[in-house]
Amino acid sequence: MINKSNTFKFPHTKERLLNSIGNFFNEIANLTGFAGRFFKELFKPGFEFNEFLKQSYLIGCKSIALVGITGFIMGLVLTIQSRPTLVQFGAESWLPAMVSVSIIREIGPVITALICAGKVGSGIGAELASMKVTEQIDAMEVTGMNPFRYLVVTRIMAATLMLPLLVILSDVIALYGSFIGVNLQGDVSFHLFFTQVIEKISFMDLLPAFFKTFFFGFAIGLIGCYKGYNSDKGTEGVGKSANSAVVYASLLVFIIDMMAVQITSLFI
Amino acid sequence: MEQKETLVMEQMEIDPEKNALELKNIKKSFNGDISFKLNKGENLVVLGKSGSGKSVLIKCIVRLIETDSGEILVFGKNVSSLEAEELNITRKKIGFLFQSGALYDSMSVRENLEFPLRDKKNLSENDITAMVEASLSDVGLSDVIDKMPSELSGGMRKRLGLARTMILKPDIMLYDEPTTGLDPITSKEISKLILEVQKKNRTSSIIITHDVECAKITANRIIVIKDGLIAAEGTFSELLKSEDEWIRSFFE
Repeated sequence: MINKSNTFKFPHTKERLLNSIGNFFNEIANLTGFAGRFFKELFKPGFEFNEFLKQSYLIGCKSIALVGITGFIMGLVLTIQSRPTLVQFGAESWLPAMVSVSIIREIGPVITALICAGKVGSGIGAELASMKVTEQIDAMEVTGMNPFRYLVVTRIMAATLMLPLLVILSDVIALYGSFIGVNLQGDVSFHLFFTQVIEKISFMDLLPAFFKTFFFGFAIGLIGCYKGYNSDKGTEGVGKSANSAVVYASLLVFIIDMMAVQITSLFI
Repeated sequence: MEQKETLVMEQMEIDPEKNALELKNIKKSFNGDISFKLNKGENLVVLGKSGSGKSVLIKCIVRLIETDSGEILVFGKNVSSLEAEELNITRKKIGFLFQSGALYDSMSVRENLEFPLRDKKNLSENDITAMVEASLSDVGLSDVIDKMPSELSGGMRKRLGLARTMILKPDIMLYDEPTTGLDPITSKEISKLILEVQKKNRTSSIIITHDVECAKITANRIIVIKDGLIAAEGTFSELLKSEDEWIRSFFE
């Protein structure tokens, strides 16, 4: 006979599920409203250009080392891992072309966006949340400033415009990493390697891959700002904002990527 | 104590005929129904225990928090019904010193002071520098202009917060617990500074505090809030003689 008192029971499972669904849609509605406010404020006169430049520097230049190292390792590892399979089919000479298409179309943009979701998204989320907790955002508001335009619009714009540049950098360094990977067990000249790469990459590989990175950047900036700007009071809220900014931004990167692939496939 | 009160009275030019601010039947989560007027040139101290809704009250004045009901009139304009643009204009007439100072951590002292002036297109670089230096000099912080807020002590942060608030030359000042977290000597210095700055800029002020010493130094009139309602009103010496034991004990 089962002892009922020892059996685990989910407390109010149905109510919790309904609450979670309600909260999810509520969050989507709030995020949409936040994005709408961003576009409204963006086209108003008085863009905070200096703050935008500062944020572009912080998001772009300060991420170069991380993105560069990641890109290099990505290209090197992908090449080393792909070689044995291609060798089995006698297609080793296709290695530069295969790796470059993979990097440029998919792995470069997505991995760079995920790295930036971790670094930039959490940074923005934590910064704005701590500003909220320490009443700095309120202080801007009471002096008649528009903190949304100063803090949010500039950060989202900087993330949107910097991410594509970081992806280009990452792709170039990843290809260089791939070149080194190829040469670890072979002898391919720099000129030959990049001739093969360029031959196999078409305009339709570059354009959609480049275009989607703007959306990745926008998503990372938007989620970071949304989570930070609407943070709960207290230091716990700062940690939560940073954490959820990374989680949601990463998730959104994959969703955008999936949509981009579907849309691209309609034209290729 | 008499000397201090004389000092206070000399500094104020209160005009009871003119209201800088009026609160009519304000209701918020603290379950109160609060009404009072702030006369032009007056220093009004709002005293009360922690959690009695004092800070919420002044945040309602600048609409950082919306009231549930009631009217807040700033120079005759109902703040609750103002559109965003008009609200910003009204907010510029009100200075707000936050309990934490709310200094911008990522900016230097100079940038913190320059920040509220960024909208003033008619000011040249030299004008802004002169205003920043004058504000810092007023609060005795001329030598920290290039430091970061994190390098300053609690008292210095409060002074800097005050300088940043006063740089826009507001007509009304709202102080949220200006002496909280400071030692008695620094608290006294800040209280005196509030008086000095007020005299220089001829502002009307609401000072939210539970520091009786600060109230003694700065107040022309005191309102005591208990359970979300105004429990007593008067000068410091009047309230000291109150028949209500709770109020008397507050001052003792």
